[in-house]
Amino acid sequence: MAEPRPSAPPRRTDADPTHAVDDAVVDVRDVYYAIGSHAIFKGLNVRMRRGAITAVMGPSGTGKTTLLRLIMGQIVAQSGLVNVFGEDVARLKRRELYRLRQRVGLLFQNGALLTDLSVFENVAFPVREHAQLPEPVLRELVLMKLQAVGLRGAADLMPAELSGGMARRVALARAIVMDPEVLIYDEPFVGLDPISMGVIVRLIQSLNRLLGITSIVVSHDVREISAIANYSYLLSEGQVVAEGSPAELNAEQKDVVRQFMSGSPDGPVPFHYPAPDYFEQLLERPGA
Amino acid sequence: MSSLSQRRSMALDALGKIGAVSLFLLRVLGQCIPALARPQLVLKQVYNAGARSLVIIMLSGLFVGMVLGLQGYDLLQRFGSESALGVAAALGLIKELGPVLTALLFAGRAGTSLCSEIGLMNATDQLAAMEMMAVDPVRHVVAPRFLGGFIAVPLLAAIFNCIGIYGAQLVGVTMMGIQPGTFWSQMQNSVELRDVNEGVIKSVVFGAACSLLAVYEGYHAEPTADGVGLATTRTVVTSAVLVLLLDYMLTAAFL
Repeated sequence: MAEPRPSAPPRRTDADPTHAVDDAVVDVRDVYYAIGSHAIFKGLNVRMRRGAITAVMGPSGTGKTTLLRLIMGQIVAQSGLVNVFGEDVARLKRRELYRLRQRVGLLFQNGALLTDLSVFENVAFPVREHAQLPEPVLRELVLMKLQAVGLRGAADLMPAELSGGMARRVALARAIVMDPEVLIYDEPFVGLDPISMGVIVRLIQSLNRLLGITSIVVSHDVREISAIANYSYLLSEGQVVAEGSPAELNAEQKDVVRQFMSGSPDGPVPFHYPAPDYFEQLLERPGA
Repeated sequence: MSSLSQRRSMALDALGKIGAVSLFLLRVLGQCIPALARPQLVLKQVYNAGARSLVIIMLSGLFVGMVLGLQGYDLLQRFGSESALGVAAALGLIKELGPVLTALLFAGRAGTSLCSEIGLMNATDQLAAMEMMAVDPVRHVVAPRFLGGFIAVPLLAAIFNCIGIYGAQLVGVTMMGIQPGTFWSQMQNSVELRDVNEGVIKSVVFGAACSLLAVYEGYHAEPTADGVGLATTRTVVTSAVLVLLLDYMLTAAFL
């Protein structure tokens, strides 16, 4: 659920909003965001170009989903600038923010389908809320979107009757039903079988190519994302540690990049959470 | 000293909670008119909160009325006034037991359901998804449920009262042998419109309080199984205490 938005952000560096470069749909500059004393971003800079597929990668806990929440205006950074369509999202009022969100589709990691509505009604939901379409037109539109994700035949099913991959595809149909200019995918490949994963990869690619949608994909599935992304950012410890095309990222020599791209457990990103010495802890007698 | 600062912090917490609930109430009230523009959403919630609570309300009303009949008869016959059983049962139910017990039963049946439903929607990102689709979840989810409870409680209380009076009549007239004419005519002569109004006002206030607490706790529940469970428990406990507190305040105001 959305966190409360402070009425007047107390922070803000004086990053110049006019600096938003014209082909950048999303422009994140010098963003600092912390939860309590734990800094998630320490001067993050990311730009997503119009019409491109931009990947945001990084180990778990690096703040990939937090970045999406900043872009969608769900949370507000302590300092820095988050520009979407040239508008500083932190300064938008609720109504303006809702207007901006109508131009952006978001695919949640778990689909987040409304469980009391059928597949058809889930896809129709944003249209019913924002447009007054005659029922036959709405029906055609929803069936077209369901056809695009291959689930026209599942229109009458309830979310509880869908597999994980099907739920993700229904959520994708819902995300594109309003023909957004930007489509954000939060970990779209997590928990999918190879067939569903391949289907989602192709869908992202074809939606981007055929509809000209700007796509932002947050993922740590290096192979899948490298196959479709035009540009990638690799986040670690609150900053961008590498960026470029998939080929450039593969050729990068930084240890943290090499470790992430090759999936090695040894490297700058520790596999183990900080803990006392293993043997000492095993030999310790609780209560002694 | 530490106990003093502890009390101070508890008082501040309580005040903070009251403030948060009040602000949430204002936000919900602001979305009630847009929600009413979609009557099917509200009607669905009146059905969920009201119609689905009918069995428990009717059964409880019947037994409460029967107990009132037995106890009332036992007490009144000591003074030779058993013919006043109808009045005693009707006033007790309409002014006090009907609104209070209906609200308590509503909090236990529908309030917990409202709270856990919203809490689970929150835990499964459904409310966040609505926000991202530029749909205010307070307007689409919270306000219809609040209105559903607000409308359902007075209706349920009316049904509770009718069944309760029937229960008292069953015991007084059928079992104890009071003349039916006496039972009903005394009730008709003594129960006034202001007595009914008192009961209606109480049930409206209790309905608003129980529904508000249920949606507030659900909306602000921690998005975990444990968090939703705790929020549900808080809904029942706080609703029960609040209903009894408000009942005292309203009774004192009406006297």
